[in-house]
Amino acid sequence: MAQAVSWWRYALVGVLVGALALAFYVAATGFPSSKVDAQDFVDLQQGATPHEGFRRAHAKGFCVAGDFVSSGALADYSTATLFAAGSTPLQGRISIAGNNPMAPDLKAPVRSLALSIETAAGDVWRTAMNTPPVMAVRHPQDFYQQLVALGNGTIQQFFAEHPESATFREWAAGYRASGSFATEVYHSINAFYLVAANGERQAVRWRAVPRAELVDTVPAEFADSDDALQQEFTARLREQPVVFDLVFTLAEASDDETDPTVLWPAARTEIVAGQIVLRSATAQLEGDCNAINFDPLVLPDGMAPTADKILRARSAAYAESYRRRAREQ
Amino acid sequence: MSKVPQFSRAARWLHWSMALLLLSLLFAGLTMVRALEPWQLTLLQLHKSFGLVALVLVLIRLWVRMRTQAPALPADLAAWQRVSARLSHIGLYACMLAMPVSGYLMQNAAGRPLEVFGVLTLPALLEVDLAVYGMLREVHGWVALAFIVLILVHVAAALQHGLIRRDGVLQTMTGRRRP
Ligand code: HEM
Ligand code: HEM
Repeated sequence: MAQAVSWWRYALVGVLVGALALAFYVAATGFPSSKVDAQDFVDLQQGATPHEGFRRAHAKGFCVAGDFVSSGALADYSTATLFAAGSTPLQGRISIAGNNPMAPDLKAPVRSLALSIETAAGDVWRTAMNTPPVMAVRHPQDFYQQLVALGNGTIQQFFAEHPESATFREWAAGYRASGSFATEVYHSINAFYLVAANGERQAVRWRAVPRAELVDTVPAEFADSDDALQQEFTARLREQPVVFDLVFTLAEASDDETDPTVLWPAARTEIVAGQIVLRSATAQLEGDCNAINFDPLVLPDGMAPTADKILRARSAAYAESYRRRAREQ
Repeated sequence: MSKVPQFSRAARWLHWSMALLLLSLLFAGLTMVRALEPWQLTLLQLHKSFGLVALVLVLIRLWVRMRTQAPALPADLAAWQRVSARLSHIGLYACMLAMPVSGYLMQNAAGRPLEVFGVLTLPALLEVDLAVYGMLREVHGWVALAFIVLILVHVAAALQHGLIRRDGVLQTMTGRRRP
């Protein structure tokens, strides 16, 4: 290598390597876009002082276990084996919204039921359901702004600027929290497809409807505890299993399955897929549910996600929360 | 001392196809862990399936590398450059193996089924375990960073050979070397 090397050859090497490095930087950070990403979302949800080792949303909860007892009524609509008549074991988690694992049960605006149902063949269905039947907004960027507005006291202004929140507000105005986790209705909110053997897709939503008789208020013996609802539920389980009907609503052509802010008309066909039977409860850090990320995009063959933008945003955010708490073990 | 003028046809083919595949996997991985977009799920599924293709290819590549001779570096290359070349190549192979293996196992530890291109379901080799998941997830993230740094060094070195030294080393992998 005796000959002199002209400057542009060095420059070319620098430019090529620099361009590749820059491309990696942009992929890793999103720069220069200022769009909210999964990390921003979880940063906001966990708050300024994260509760290490806990979920960054719905941090307070407990594990439940039992079975999904399928009636077989959905077998014509979906090839998923767990919808054939029969029983499949499930792991679940009952929780309240919020990032504080010590929050008082009775102050929470939203209650939740999450399920992970796994067949012997290894097919898995995960779902995380909430008490509201709809979202207030239809875009993850707006949902982020909604959480910001909730935090800084401008939520009324936010709702005024988002007319799509009308159905949600109407529900919130009429909702009265019951005295038990066992007597709430939990909604999928987002819609999914059932996929039949011939490939036909049917858009659906589902909800878990309690079999137990409604109790308006928590029994006095538990009412003073921060864990009132957990204690009530555990006491209830000592008497008998807690059962929900899993009710599917079938969309029609005029329903927009990608919009989580609207309810479908009450006249839509409903099918009871079977019962969720909860037989035991365990503290969350000791239970099997602690290792589970209830990512609603984990679906068995025979089910598929819709293009609902809120639904599609959930996987990355749940994974980021899961990564953080797993790292803190 | 190696007598072959360039890498074998199989080695060259594996090198360039895997370069394309691994760069795509890295970019897909970095993008999908941030994205709140409707295509995130599709990208994630492609990432896992092609990540497993990469695992098969790297095993074939290691086998080819052991069985065939690699061309020698130029005799006038400084000793520190020889050592760096050797170490960086070992590092690249280590990353190529660690990435898909940690990816596979972390899906097991998370209790998530592993479907390849929606047709083949792979067995779980690990029990569901949060702490094990946490460890594997960090390995997948940090090894990816080390991999990116090594790739940048590797590309810079290859271009230095091809554009500045012009000593024929780049051509041993492009296959244009005339003996
Ligand atoms: C863009 C929208 C949403 C984002 C970014 C989001 C984010 C999160 C995150 C980060 C977690 C913690 C996950 C974990 O660490 O395991 C979580 C949990 C949960 N989310 Fe969402 N969520 C969204 C929408 C929804 C909707 C529409 C529902 C109800 C249908 C819902 C119901 C739940 C429930 C029930 C849990 C607790 C699951 C459990 O017990 O582990 N989320 N969410
Ligand atoms: C050579 C092969 C592979 C490369 C180069 C690669 C690269 C990457 C990168 C760069 C990330 C982002 C990491 C971060 O930002 O922290 C990622 C994430 C991920 N990779 Fe891979 N990967 C490979 C193979 C696999 C395989 C085989 C699987 C599973 C079958 C897999 C599953 C995943 C998952 C699930 C994530 C996201 C984790 C999360 O959401 O927290 N990868 N990968």
